[in-house]
Amino acid sequence: MVRRDRVATGVGAVLLLAVAMPVVSMVLAIWDQGHDELSLAFLLQDPRQAGQAGGIASLMISTGWILAVCLAVAVPVGLGCALYLSEQVPPGSRRERGLGFVLDVLAATPSIVFGLFGYQFLAITLGFGFSLLSGGIALSFMVLPLMIRSAEQALRAVPRAHRQAAAALGVTRTGWITRILVPSAAPGIAVGVILSVGRALAETAVLLFTAGYVLRRPDSVMDSGRALSVHIYDMAMNVPGGADRAAATAVVLIAALILINVMIRGLIRPSRAGGHA
Amino acid sequence: MADRWLHRLLWLSAMLAALVLGGIVVLLIGRTAPFIAQQGMELLARQWYPGDGEFGMAAMIAGSLAVAVLALVLAAPLAVALAAWLRYFAPGWLRRPALALFALMAGIPSVVYGLWGLLVLVPWINGWVPPGASWLAGSLVLALMILPLALLVTDAALAQVPPDWLHAGAALALSRVGMLRRVVLPHTAPAIASGVVLQFGRALGETMAVLMVCGNVVQWPGSVFEPVRTLTANIALEMSYAAGDHRIALFASGLLLMLVTMALLALSWRLGRRHHGTA
Amino acid sequence: MKQPPTLELDDVHVRYGEHAAIAHASFRVESGEIMALVGPSGCGKSSLLAGINRLTDTIPGCTTRGTITLDGSPLGQWPDAASLRRTVGMVFQQPNPFPLSIHDNLRFPLAEHGVPRRERDERAEQALRSVGLWEEVHNRLGRSALTLSGGQQQRLCMARALVLEPEVLLLDEPCSALDPMASAAVEELIDSLRGRYTILMVTHNLAQARRLADQVTVCWVDNDCGCVVETGGREQIFTRGRHPVTRAYCAGECG
Repeated sequence: MVRRDRVATGVGAVLLLAVAMPVVSMVLAIWDQGHDELSLAFLLQDPRQAGQAGGIASLMISTGWILAVCLAVAVPVGLGCALYLSEQVPPGSRRERGLGFVLDVLAATPSIVFGLFGYQFLAITLGFGFSLLSGGIALSFMVLPLMIRSAEQALRAVPRAHRQAAAALGVTRTGWITRILVPSAAPGIAVGVILSVGRALAETAVLLFTAGYVLRRPDSVMDSGRALSVHIYDMAMNVPGGADRAAATAVVLIAALILINVMIRGLIRPSRAGGHA
Repeated sequence: MADRWLHRLLWLSAMLAALVLGGIVVLLIGRTAPFIAQQGMELLARQWYPGDGEFGMAAMIAGSLAVAVLALVLAAPLAVALAAWLRYFAPGWLRRPALALFALMAGIPSVVYGLWGLLVLVPWINGWVPPGASWLAGSLVLALMILPLALLVTDAALAQVPPDWLHAGAALALSRVGMLRRVVLPHTAPAIASGVVLQFGRALGETMAVLMVCGNVVQWPGSVFEPVRTLTANIALEMSYAAGDHRIALFASGLLLMLVTMALLALSWRLGRRHHGTA
Repeated sequence: MKQPPTLELDDVHVRYGEHAAIAHASFRVESGEIMALVGPSGCGKSSLLAGINRLTDTIPGCTTRGTITLDGSPLGQWPDAASLRRTVGMVFQQPNPFPLSIHDNLRFPLAEHGVPRRERDERAEQALRSVGLWEEVHNRLGRSALTLSGGQQQRLCMARALVLEPEVLLLDEPCSALDPMASAAVEELIDSLRGRYTILMVTHNLAQARRLADQVTVCWVDNDCGCVVETGGREQIFTRGRHPVTRAYCAGECG
């Protein structure tokens, strides 16, 4: 009997190695391919010759704009929806289940569908064109369920006793939400925001035909601009000899994602709980 | 007064979220309904020659299914085995670093998976059986992508197993393999299946990684070493220049993806609910 | 039938990391007798039971020291926990049947321990008869064990322990999660096992200890650590306890 368990233990170790190997290979291969291109100039210069020369500075600016637009939509709408779920809808009610259904479907929707929707509705119908605005809003639709669910979780974690205390003091619902509930849940909501940033940074398909391909530095959110992730795809697939620069861009993107990961871990640490908004 | 305004504001943001989903569905159906009605079964029977007005998607539907199914076949058993192993067999100190590894895998952008596939996996398969960019390459990359999340849902399902059963098993000196096979896995199977179905949906909907490694030739998937084109890759490739019926055909494939996603979600819920019933 | 062994504990300690759950536990359960282990919660009674069949091995940081012997042979020298746990069966406070059919709850452990298929049904029936469950369930053996009532589930768990033909039984408050009727049935069952198994039973219920036990051991908490106060025959402990704690506890004045 015990021998079976020992065999299983060994087999599992082999499986873990089999999974870890490609992941390590991925990190090493991309570093190996890209690190020669990495330099301060790569980060500070704009791309030239379709990206074959120069750096990625304008792409980082475009990415920043897209993220800013995305958060400007997703954070207020997401927080509002999370408050609606946690404060105004009775648990288990039809409205709660209905909204839960909407969020689950949105979370499972393929990103390319958000791309199609963003193209048709934002770029064409609303006339935003291929722009950072279209891209950011389309992306905000995609991260909305993640943002809402993490904010909702943070709000529900605030002890109910606080609410009774507030009610006993005659605090209005608005006062309770703005002065006590949201500030106490702020660290958890921040985690949701950062998670959403990570998801948005990693996304490519949504942006292909909303934000566009243009390498230039954007002047406003109505300009088209290329995100880092789209650049990786384009350099790897469409530009001959672009693999090195695609890999270098991937290194930058992964570094940003790791930074985000570290920030989340810092926020989740309990010593920071109850921080400021 | 202020309370009523706040209430309306919150209601509005909730409606906005619902409107996004409603908008997606209405737009996809609205744009494609006349086209689908006009084409009918042609959409399955014909070939894909959008220039000549032939919009047969069968080969790409088959391509999407083939790539996703093989990815699931590779990843799901591995994810379940690894999750069970980490919980019941592996030394305790290994759990945290292993879960950190899977969190890292889950966070890597799909375009980076695609890049790795392009730089490492495709040349490797090419050295074995050309051309390299193939059904197999797509499934391998997708398998790596869905593995961490499938593993995490399995781990969560295993965490729900009552510790009483494990104590009883230990007191009766039953092997862990036996407990897992006869008691733990049968009990958690619906919850695990519910999570795995969702991952299948993710594999079907994935665009970038598949686009970069599958070769994108429109043909029925014959051998795993041959290139295929998936519905998602097709949208990404042709949307930038498609016009007229061609563009609407791409929206129709988007609608199909959306419907399949919803069906899988419904299946996942059914499985998940059954689990609650017996627990 | 073979005479069940004598179980003897000599200066046994069970520790969770730095914290000792019980220390200096020494007593002897004679062959075929029932020993009740009584005392307030948190005095390490359950930890002591888990130390005997080495369930403590499965808890990280938990260690057992001291000598535990069956008929004089130290358990520490047994080749593996599996054969030990087959000889020393255990039943828990909460009924914990597996989510399998009634029949499979008994056949699965037999299969795991390599009992040939043709013998399993017969041994399962025997075990069910010996816990008085056969008449109640023989026409629905294929039904899930979770459909049984709490008392029936607990008797099934007893049957599951007995089906492996142990010589010693450890019972960890086997009646405390049951209603009075079910509790009486399980008590009757334990009484019927006297002489065939050496039984060590943890209980909170002094009346039950008095009805069932041949010997009683009183435990107490001293300085946040469990200890054995006194061991003696049933009547002696309940009427003429030597230690003041025993007298106070049995009089229901504290604990």
